[in-house]
Amino acid sequence: MTIEVKFFASLRERLGRSGAQLDTAEAATVAEVWQRCTEEAMPANVLMAVNLEYVKAEHPVHDGDEVAFFPPVTGG
Amino acid sequence: MHIEISTAPLNPWQQLEAYQQQQTALVGKYGATAVFVGSMRDFNEGDDVAAMELEHYPEMTEKYLRDIAERAMQQWSLLDVMIVHRVGAVHPNETIVLVAVWSAHRADAFEASRQLMELLKSQAPFWKKETLDTGAMRWVEKNTPG
Repeated sequence: MTIEVKFFASLRERLGRSGAQLDTAEAATVAEVWQRCTEEAMPANVLMAVNLEYVKAEHPVHDGDEVAFFPPVTGG
Repeated sequence: MHIEISTAPLNPWQQLEAYQQQQTALVGKYGATAVFVGSMRDFNEGDDVAAMELEHYPEMTEKYLRDIAERAMQQWSLLDVMIVHRVGAVHPNETIVLVAVWSAHRADAFEASRQLMELLKSQAPFWKKETLDTGAMRWVEKNTPG
């Protein structure tokens, strides 16, 4: 299956890329998507979204999902 | 309902006036309009700030703002909601966010506008990167509690 991965803000800068396309038969959860896309442990305060909705790390992923990782938000 | 992400500088008072004039269904129905305007300061965490870059997650931001506006319309007796938020390069004294709520009576407008701002600040996917007067750049790591 193919997962579209996005990184934002300080996380994007630290990882040196704004996203990735993950082709895998393995990743079953958002946490596993992180493990397959990055070299580092998932930061404790990272926020996650699947298809534009906030989720937790154990949320399942499916073919075609868009998975985003980003730091605490600071708008307004 | 009006949800907008703007890459250009905002004049919140002109936008508010123009929107209210065009919403003819509001005429005679609202007794209260609560307006919150958030502006950029020239200081943060004890440092002088020259500018900032506001990044966002475009599709999710619009969806999230629309979701909280729709939830507020259900939770309170509201006639209309307007949310406008800047992205891109912002300078001190410029408007970052405009939230306006129309209702028949003041309690609904006051309470809904406060909740919309708190949800926007704590969960809408925007991020600020400041440029200090010294030229140093840094990400804002958390919003002030209130």
